[in-house]
Amino acid sequence: MDVLKFITCGSVDDGKSTLIGRLLWDSEAVSLDIREAIERQRKHNGQETVELALLTDGLRAEREQGITIDVAYKYFTTKKRKFIIADAPGHIQYTRNMITAASNADVAIVLIDARFGVVEQTVRHTLLASLLNLTQIVVAVNKMDLVGYEEAIFEQIKTKYLVLTNRLKLPKVTFIPMSAKNGDNVVTSSENIIWYKGETLLNYLETIPIIPPQTAESRFQVQYVIRPQGSDYRGYAGRIQSGVYRKGDKILVLPSDLPSEIVKIEENLQEVETAIAGQSVVLHLKDNIDISRGDSIVVQGATVEVGSQLQAYLCWFDEKQALTNGARLLLQNGSNTVKVIVQSIDYQLDISTLEKIEVEKATLNAIVKVRLRTAQPIVFDTYNTNRQTGSFVLVHPNNHHTVAAGMIVLNENE
Amino acid sequence: MKINNKSFDYLDALEAEAIYILREVAGQFERPALLFSGGKDSILLVHLALKAFRPGKFPFPLVHIDTGHNFEEVLAFRDYLANTIGEKLIVRKVEDSIQKHRLQDPKGRFPSRNALQTYTLLDTIEEFEFDACIGGARRDEEKARAKERIFSVRDAFGQWNPKAQRPELWHILNGRLDKGENMRVFPISNWTELDVWNYIRRENIMIPSIYRAHLRECVRLESGQLLAVTPHIRLEPTDEIVQLPVRFRTVGDATCTAAVESSATTLEAIIEEVIQARVSERGMTRLDDKLSETAMEDRKKNGYF
Repeated sequence: MDVLKFITCGSVDDGKSTLIGRLLWDSEAVSLDIREAIERQRKHNGQETVELALLTDGLRAEREQGITIDVAYKYFTTKKRKFIIADAPGHIQYTRNMITAASNADVAIVLIDARFGVVEQTVRHTLLASLLNLTQIVVAVNKMDLVGYEEAIFEQIKTKYLVLTNRLKLPKVTFIPMSAKNGDNVVTSSENIIWYKGETLLNYLETIPIIPPQTAESRFQVQYVIRPQGSDYRGYAGRIQSGVYRKGDKILVLPSDLPSEIVKIEENLQEVETAIAGQSVVLHLKDNIDISRGDSIVVQGATVEVGSQLQAYLCWFDEKQALTNGARLLLQNGSNTVKVIVQSIDYQLDISTLEKIEVEKATLNAIVKVRLRTAQPIVFDTYNTNRQTGSFVLVHPNNHHTVAAGMIVLNENE
Repeated sequence: MKINNKSFDYLDALEAEAIYILREVAGQFERPALLFSGGKDSILLVHLALKAFRPGKFPFPLVHIDTGHNFEEVLAFRDYLANTIGEKLIVRKVEDSIQKHRLQDPKGRFPSRNALQTYTLLDTIEEFEFDACIGGARRDEEKARAKERIFSVRDAFGQWNPKAQRPELWHILNGRLDKGENMRVFPISNWTELDVWNYIRRENIMIPSIYRAHLRECVRLESGQLLAVTPHIRLEPTDEIVQLPVRFRTVGDATCTAAVESSATTLEAIIEEVIQARVSERGMTRLDDKLSETAMEDRKKNGYF
């Protein structure tokens, strides 16, 4: 059985939490005591139907405000797949949480309220999904019950949304008309939407292929060197970021550029011949060379970038301090941390109109294109070729907060 | 994907992720610790740490915050395991914190020392200057836990501030701390109760006997829950005492961890029961979470693990 990670995004009242609640409720992932608690609440408030959003809105502040303020992770299993849901909030000031949730997702569910169609938030969330290279998108046109289950309304929304995805060069998008509140087309096919011949949302989630990371080139970063006292054992522990490693592979240690060969691969204390992306392993090399945490080991002939000049899209997370030219921060890519200077902010991306705007600084939730210079060369790929090695975070050197998410792009000329 | 004649399935993925997190702790912190209660989730952590660091030693000691209300079988298992793997075990007692801070030991028939554990944990962190504490919490346990980060910052008072959590992106874990701050690390965040049991079976991991069905004297509470008869609770003449085959789904303070009726003596049977179970782990067996809708969130903010 495999695992599909997905996010849900949409505007504040599009019914995200209700949709997730519906998926959990109808696929019977909700345990009896929680069902009872929600049922109790319904009676207490004198409502007719249960408040499905209560299943995901975990924190007190959220319940008080009736909105989701942080990413909540939920788990459920059907006969076909295991699912991890990252419930991302819809409020504009929480864009950073949506990016957080999207960073590890395979699929994005974009919710649209059938009454309002494609709105500014829809554009923002779709742009963020495309920026994070989350190319598998399903559009849930929700609250169809409130527009009389009209096919024409669904078609209008579809047409309008496709204009947006074409502009963003996003591949195939799936559209499903539904009512999360009433359960239409979420888990079971709707009797109210007879004109829709497609699959239900759960069906879509159960069958969509997951893109395997091992198709990319081989990347491995050293997390920890295992060197027991009084022994000549010396193993480089880490998780394979992408690709495949084999015993006997000729490798390069980067950024030092020293060649060697893999003489042994251990996984779970046992020797193996091959290891693939996602596995935590220990590599042993033929030569005794200087390797420390944060160094990369790649198979010789790889087309990896090593350098200290890079260009990237940043999403700025810090509400107190804006990003300005010349800012000195720390850059963490995987297990490696280096000092970095922001050399220039090229432009800000208006996430509602997709226009490039000239700016002096980046404030909370701004998406900006920047040029960076690191104190030591780092090993990287572009984000669109490799999510693991094309991503980084920026950390404030004094308060240690994570102040930005970065996605590396190809170097453009001046 | 077939590799080495076996497929890399979701349990392998969860295992690899947990090992990755443990190695990040080793790489990023000076003085980490693994909080070890003798319960199945912390036993699982030890098993994963063996895979992450052997043939080397663990880069952290095991630390048990002992409420003094534990099940004997669990304490015996704790000592046995630490001994077998040859790693350092530090035990600190809630009893001593009660003396030191002149705390009120909870009264009542089922006095829970869960709230007092916080004091002992913070004292222990201070005593050994631990900068990171690894714990076995899972996001599927409770709603407040579902929002917790894998690397979760606590302030100098051990408090969790859910609104100021650091965003956690891709697989990047930012472990940098200010003076006085402390990190809580949850390597099995993404596991469910069923995943834990399936993995225990797959890996043939030893667990304390109280997880399997056994005959035990229990009090049947008004709520229908079963509480083991131990010296730590006060019985009333009117109490309904029953002798039943039971097992425990979670292992905490004996005063507030309920047993469930069960005939499951094998891991297979336990897993079958978990699949069939219609009641969540904490809801069924933790008396303390029922206090209020936000009981867990309140305790977390106050430094409870």
